Amino acid sequence: MLANPRMQVVLVWLALVVVTFVSWGVGLEHGVSRGTGPDVAMAVVLAVAFVKTQLVGTFFMELRMAPLPLRLAFSAWVVGVGATIVAMYLWL
Amino acid sequence: MAGDSQRLATITGSLAATTRAHHVPGEVGIWIFVLSDMLLEFSTIFGYFLHDRAANPSQFAQGRATLSQQLGLVNTLILLTSSMFVVLGIQALRDKDRSRAARMFVWARSLGLAFVALKVLEYGAKFHVGLTPVTNSFYMFYFVATGLHLFHVLIGLIVLTYVVNGARAAQPRPNELRSAEVGATFWHMVDLIWIVLFPLLYLVA
Repeated sequence: MLANPRMQVVLVWLALVVVTFVSWGVGLEHGVSRGTGPDVAMAVVLAVAFVKTQLVGTFFMELRMAPLPLRLAFSAWVVGVGATIVAMYLWL
Repeated sequence: MAGDSQRLATITGSLAATTRAHHVPGEVGIWIFVLSDMLLEFSTIFGYFLHDRAANPSQFAQGRATLSQQLGLVNTLILLTSSMFVVLGIQALRDKDRSRAARMFVWARSLGLAFVALKVLEYGAKFHVGLTPVTNSFYMFYFVATGLHLFHVLIGLIVLTYVVNGARAAQPRPNELRSAEVGATFWHMVDLIWIVLFPLLYLVA
């Protein structure tokens, strides 16, 4: 954990921005140019979106300082809904 | 005597650390709302979207191709940056720097307004070429999901305005930090939902 909380927030934001650009690039490359079948790269893009939601929860919503039950409830949403969405995309 | 006060300082310090480690951002009520909103409302839409997409993959691929991936990207960057300013505003409130907090919250609100403006332009362009919620299943999901999200953005803007006005007032409201944290938690949820909607609608569909 960084000593300066302001710097920490900016770094998390930077990481989220970089990941957003990469996902967008992969989306253009794989999503638009290919057919309609499931694509592993796009499944990864969806999974990464849920990793981003966990980052927002932990650092922006300040769950890292929250009681354990709240952190668990949030992460249960991220993992549960994230896994369901990726599975539905791949196998439905 | 000196030893006593040192011991007292140590106890007070560790108590403060414990409280901070178990701090519910805002209050429990907003978290019950946020988690149920995320679970019951948006997760259901995500699921139904993929369910209907499986039944009609070419319609969804065609629909996705008519959306602007660039606009979706810009929308995502706007909300991420807006969320960052809200966090910086909360930190400034904790540092008792209320004028800095007000500036941070104003940035967050301005970006929120920019998001709304872009969405209005995006909807306008769709309506202009005759694409509406009744065009097909894809557009029904597109308008319902983004419209419901936009509704949350608008509520968030009202909340942010309340927080901005509070930070600008000469005298802080009682529980200023706590009510700002409630607003911040809601605004981050709005960001969080869009983080999933963007790839789902604009990239994957």
